[in-house]
Amino acid sequence: MKSAIILFPGTNREKDMEMALTHVTGRAPDIVWHKESTLPECDLMVLPGGFSYGDYLRCGAMAAHSPIMKEVIARAQKGVRLLAVCNGFQMLVETGLVPGALLHNRSVKFICKQVHLRVENTTTDFTNAFSRHQVIQVPVAHGEGNYFIDANGLKALEDNDQIAFRYCDATGAITEAANPNGAVANIAGVFNTTKTIMGMMPHPENAVVPHVNGHQGTALFQSLVEALG
Amino acid sequence: MKAVVKVTLRKGVLDPQGKAIESALHSLGFAEVGDVRQGKFIEIDVPDGTSKDRLKEMCQKLLTNPVTEDFEIVA
Repeated sequence: MKSAIILFPGTNREKDMEMALTHVTGRAPDIVWHKESTLPECDLMVLPGGFSYGDYLRCGAMAAHSPIMKEVIARAQKGVRLLAVCNGFQMLVETGLVPGALLHNRSVKFICKQVHLRVENTTTDFTNAFSRHQVIQVPVAHGEGNYFIDANGLKALEDNDQIAFRYCDATGAITEAANPNGAVANIAGVFNTTKTIMGMMPHPENAVVPHVNGHQGTALFQSLVEALG
Repeated sequence: MKAVVKVTLRKGVLDPQGKAIESALHSLGFAEVGDVRQGKFIEIDVPDGTSKDRLKEMCQKLLTNPVTEDFEIVA
């Protein structure tokens, strides 16, 4: 699997993603500056975490219009897999490739801690190595991760199995107390309708080795290797 | 001319910053304060005679997120 990480001014998690992809897939990703207009051939594109453009205007809003994004969006629309994490997820919703928006955390505080996620759909290229309703522990680090979608949009997500992960407690129960940021229906990650694009707030790339945050994010990258070679 | 755009969170969208401001005002003794909503105010220099439609396009393409925000071109 060949992958490419897009780097924006203010991105700060590209190295973490690079290390995770290299560690799990055995192949180092290309890192592509946002001002490029061409993207190397790849099986997976990644929008990493950070604070692109200092979160000016709205988090992710400026990056969503960076020159390289025309190509990223065009390829994603053709079915090239796209993974978007944290600030990358904020960009992704701004492009409209997945529905919803990300608001300030309910607490108005930046949250940096371990959370539990329940895997909601294991039939996708991003999640096939998990078991259904498996509970994993991964870190979150965000100020604006409060996923918002209206009631009709939520119903469409649920009907099409587009919810990837929900915040849960250690036993897998989807509770209000386990919801770190106020996200609608405890949603931590979503797919597009065809499941070729996934956006999520938590950081699976920071949970791939046992001695740092555990390694329960590894299966996400193993899923991609399984699907894309 | 200077165009002015006011951006607000849509009705029904929780505004945690507004809520924080509201409780800070209460703790400063402004007990009469009710609901507080926070928004943005954007000034844009554009040639005289720039149409409302052109400004509307700017709002739709970049200045606002239609999922969560409403806008008003106030000048």
